[in-house]
Amino acid sequence: MKPAARTLGSRDAYGRLSPLWIFLLRYGPPRWSEYVVQNWTGQRLVIAVPYLWLLVFFLIPFLIVLKISFAEFSPLGRPPYEPVFQWLEEGALQVKLLIGSYVYLFNEPLYVSAWFYSLKVAFFSTLFCLALGYPMAYAIARSPPTQRNVLLLLIILPFWTSFLLRVYAWVGLLKTDGLINQVLFKWFGIVDEPLAMMNTSFAVYIGIVYSYLPFMILPLYSNLEKHDNTLLEAAQDLGAGPIKSFLRVTLPLSFPGIVAGSLLVFIPAVGEYVIPSLLGRTDQLMVAKLLSDEFFLNRDWPRASAVAIAMLLLLVVPIMIFQRFQNKELQAARK
Amino acid sequence: MKTQGLFSKSMLGVGLAFLYIPILSMVFYSFNNSRLVTVWDSVNSPTVKWYVQLFKDRQILSAAWLSIQVAATTATGAVILGTLAGLVLSRFGPFRGRAFLQGLTTAPLVMPEVITGLSMLLLFVSLEQLFTAWFGWQFDRGFATITIAHITFTMAYVTVVVQSRLAGFDDSLEEAALDLGARPAKVFFRITVPLILPAILSGWLLAFTLSWDDLVITQFVSGPGSNTLPMVIFSRVRLGVSPVVNALATIMVLVVALGVVLSAIFMRRQEQRRKREEQMAATG
Repeated sequence: MKPAARTLGSRDAYGRLSPLWIFLLRYGPPRWSEYVVQNWTGQRLVIAVPYLWLLVFFLIPFLIVLKISFAEFSPLGRPPYEPVFQWLEEGALQVKLLIGSYVYLFNEPLYVSAWFYSLKVAFFSTLFCLALGYPMAYAIARSPPTQRNVLLLLIILPFWTSFLLRVYAWVGLLKTDGLINQVLFKWFGIVDEPLAMMNTSFAVYIGIVYSYLPFMILPLYSNLEKHDNTLLEAAQDLGAGPIKSFLRVTLPLSFPGIVAGSLLVFIPAVGEYVIPSLLGRTDQLMVAKLLSDEFFLNRDWPRASAVAIAMLLLLVVPIMIFQRFQNKELQAARK
Repeated sequence: MKTQGLFSKSMLGVGLAFLYIPILSMVFYSFNNSRLVTVWDSVNSPTVKWYVQLFKDRQILSAAWLSIQVAATTATGAVILGTLAGLVLSRFGPFRGRAFLQGLTTAPLVMPEVITGLSMLLLFVSLEQLFTAWFGWQFDRGFATITIAHITFTMAYVTVVVQSRLAGFDDSLEEAALDLGARPAKVFFRITVPLILPAILSGWLLAFTLSWDDLVITQFVSGPGSNTLPMVIFSRVRLGVSPVVNALATIMVLVVALGVVLSAIFMRRQEQRRKREEQMAATG
């Protein structure tokens, strides 16, 4: 499908139609010129459909969140905030922007600790995912092609089963009379008393690593699979040991995969809601839980919006890096 | 090389065990007679009584029905929009706003769900206000709002799948068809769609699964009375383990495993057939 080249290609550097085209459109065979015009409008229509959808349902909502984050909270109102923009009777537009919600976010100790805790949990979960996922991806990439597809299928399969239920499965394993404690305490007597693992940070780490591991493995695998084996052989011929050739050849080459996988884990982990609610501490909240509590329990929409905007600002750099890598991957696939 | 291979292989084993033990334990305990779920009642187990109870559970059944409807509608909508977006991004050359569209399609992939959920809900609330002020028309949040929100976040996945499939083909076939006088729409349906059909199918399944599974965004945009399956499950397991949920999980795991294995076999057959045909075309 190359209508773009056909229609756009006929324009000059300033976007003007070339004289030949203008002549043909005006005096050429009527059906043919009609076809060109229809083609161009049809193409615009095709571009417009997904564009409009995303503008209306993805971009505009963020602008609304941004607007409400500056609004004043009115607990009894429906909706519970004062209008930000208001037409006064004299025909003037009144704009009221309050930064109170934002100030609160960075002063209230509950919030500050939630921010740090979320970042810490996301960071270390990413690290653990990498430590477990990298060797796994490496082993899959090095296995014979017939096994490779089966192994990949095994990695992807849990991803297709319900995320919520997989997190829930850990409740049955981690709780005081759960499977792990039964094995360690009742059967083998390795520990003197059942371990308290539920509602701890440990459980959150387990839950996040468990749920996001496929997201780490898949980009790493697709990177490692493409590596040229002759490079490793060359390194070994030149006298590098297995560890050195790994550190000097494989690891640097797999850097894009590491970044893509890590971001795919880190970004959603910062805003993770389900895992800490089911497995996590009750005395230490993560940011997503605060946001939903502000919204559903306190009905403080401005403050919930401010949390969302702050979280977005925090994640905007990682998200943009991720997009850059994603585009590069697609361009590389094209070549 | 040897030790390295050994290390990574054993890590692969550990990782796979880590991925599967929780799922298998859920399946195992779904046959346990005891209400305490993880304490095995060896006298009366295995039993299927939780499965019987599951199929008598009105709340779960009606939630599952709503979830199926939402997921099927979502998947269809997401496939249409996502395929268009993927086509535009990989075949329409540079146009004004292309980079912006690319950004808009990949952002939902990594956006934390609470942010998407909140922003969608606030949009719907604003729309409600607008509609009541302008047309005096009130709409309730429920099936429609959930589906719109789901389409928005799942179409990104379809776009990526379609785009990467399209990137794997050059456009010479499409160009040839255009040169032979086919209209662009015809080229799309006769050449492009059959070529990317595997991507469209897997995009549909992916969108279905993501929608079927979503809790956080749904919680924001659903109205009173419209509870999807994940919402019901979440409200039950918040209070602790529930044997009925284990039974439900087992059924879902079985369906997914069956589906994935069957589709893998199907894809493999298709690929082999395609290769054979290519060979025959080359030799014959």
